[in-house]
Amino acid sequence: MDRFRMIFQYFQSNSESVMNGICGLLALASVKMYTSFDFNCPCLPKYNMVYGLGIMFLPPMALFLCGLILNRQSLVMLEEWKRPTGGRKKDLAIIRYMCSSIMQRAMIAPIIWIIVTLLDGKCFICAFSSSIDPEKFVGFANATPAQTQLLLSKVPCKDDELMKNHPARKAISRYLRCWSQALGWSILLILIMVAFLARALRPCFNQAAFLQTRYWSNYIDIEQKIFEETCCEHARDFAHKCILHFFESMQKEIQLRRFNAPREAEAGEGEEDHLRGITDREQMNKLLKSWYYHKPPLDVSQATQ
Amino acid sequence: KMDKFRMIFQFLQSNQESFMNGICGIMALASAQMYSAFDFNCPCLPSYNLAYGLGILLAPPLVLFLLGFVMNNNVSMLAEEWRRPTGMRQKDPAVLRYMFCSMAQRAMIAPAVWISVTLLDGKCFMCAFSTTVPVEKLGNRSYTGLSEKEMRRILARIPCKEIYNGQELVAREVAVRYLRCISQALGWSFVLLMTMLAFLVRALRPCFTQAAFLKSKYWSHYIDIERKLFDETCTEHAKTFAKVCIQQFFEATNKDMGLGHSHSPEKAPSDAGEEKEKLLGITDQGTMNKLLRSWHKCKPPLCLQQEGLQNGNSSNRHHSHLSLPRKEMVTYYSKV
Repeated sequence: MDRFRMIFQYFQSNSESVMNGICGLLALASVKMYTSFDFNCPCLPKYNMVYGLGIMFLPPMALFLCGLILNRQSLVMLEEWKRPTGGRKKDLAIIRYMCSSIMQRAMIAPIIWIIVTLLDGKCFICAFSSSIDPEKFVGFANATPAQTQLLLSKVPCKDDELMKNHPARKAISRYLRCWSQALGWSILLILIMVAFLARALRPCFNQAAFLQTRYWSNYIDIEQKIFEETCCEHARDFAHKCILHFFESMQKEIQLRRFNAPREAEAGEGEEDHLRGITDREQMNKLLKSWYYHKPPLDVSQATQ
Repeated sequence: KMDKFRMIFQFLQSNQESFMNGICGIMALASAQMYSAFDFNCPCLPSYNLAYGLGILLAPPLVLFLLGFVMNNNVSMLAEEWRRPTGMRQKDPAVLRYMFCSMAQRAMIAPAVWISVTLLDGKCFMCAFSTTVPVEKLGNRSYTGLSEKEMRRILARIPCKEIYNGQELVAREVAVRYLRCISQALGWSFVLLMTMLAFLVRALRPCFTQAAFLKSKYWSHYIDIERKLFDETCTEHAKTFAKVCIQQFFEATNKDMGLGHSHSPEKAPSDAGEEKEKLLGITDQGTMNKLLRSWHKCKPPLCLQQEGLQNGNSSNRHHSHLSLPRKEMVTYYSKV
């Protein structure tokens, strides 16, 4: 039992660490996914914006949902939210606390994707190259609007023949990349400041209530884990008794068929205990066949008497 | 000893899920690795492109899905529970559904990874749909009034850089960018769709069927544990059976040689007595040879004599001649 106690304590103290670890892994996976993804701007007038914004926002949504799925606590929270009241009242503050902690952890990987995308710049350039003002750059003076749009949409593709040697291509790229990186760093700075303020100011507001909700949310988590462990233990004991009962009933059946009852009452320790009265091939075959064709009922009440 | 089993079982049970998740993750990584190691080779012919591309997109996921089932050792348990005769224990379809669903969910991950990686890479989609590029938008449709068939043949060569000869019809880079863009958009949409499905499946369960779910989970674990314990019990039994059978064989050989006097009834506490017991009455070369020959030529029946079990070992010699008739009767009945 001591070892179980140690294992339980390990689980309890490390529930938060496990979740933080998963969160970190997802963040690393998000960066790795971005670097291995082969960005491919279509360089066509209407497709650019859709593609660019799609790459910027679809993967973060998928990463957010992944973060929710992989977090065990989201299930616990949902169960607590949806359970019938029964004999235990529900405390909404606990559910809110669990929800906010889950959301915070799940938001980290998507935010990292968005920031990396902005700092890299390719996506921003692809999405917004058609929306800049051509007057600011040379080389667009005597082009029709349609032509201008076409040329601008080819800016992200360096090797395209139309724009390869255009004087304004590099300028437009630099301009858009500068905006993209500024946006990226600003978002990063704002988020870090918000996180810092949230952490630093929390003890100023309602610390006692916070301690309570944190305790009870941990409690709910641990209670569910221990319930599952107890069910496993119970299932194992149940199975053990069921099988022993089955062997005994086989033994009784065999006894009834013999004319001379051997001295079973003298069964001592050692092999007799393990053999359980099954002592030859036909008896064993009969037992195995019966195990398959006539599984015993799930009822060990006679066995425990 | 049972305590140790208990702890090991508990560890395995709580980690059964983690073990299956681990295998699932390994298969997903293997699937991504397989894709990058696979040498994609588009045929660049009008009617073959679509077949090849769709084949590469859809056939390996099917194989991976089936492999996911094969590598899951709960499949045999599910099959057994499904096909067994009812006997005295009712079958619960909810338990079967739970087991099947949890296995299918895990088996779906590697195929989904393959399809996502294929679509995000773009080669496959490009190969399959290169003949459907909209030439009006991307190139000059009016180029030398080509017939449909000729145009399709040229477009089919888009994936193969070396043999493409339609640069005036539509620039290759433009077509490639277009196709890859659509492929990647489809890929990310697929990823988002799968993640949303997984999230809904996980999130809606506690809202609707939690009590039934707890029941199915408990009984499916129970079936697994019962099967394992039954195997353990049978192994224990087989061990003891074999031990007693062999002991009785040695005794029988001993008796046949008429050397029934070599034992003293009391157990000698000294080492010499223990060794004597271990020798089981066979103490010379001739007897041992006869025993070995007899073990090969004439194996004893799978039927333990009752009086040999009473005291666990062979020190109970002096009752043997009294119980001979009983031995014969027991043997007779077991043959019937």
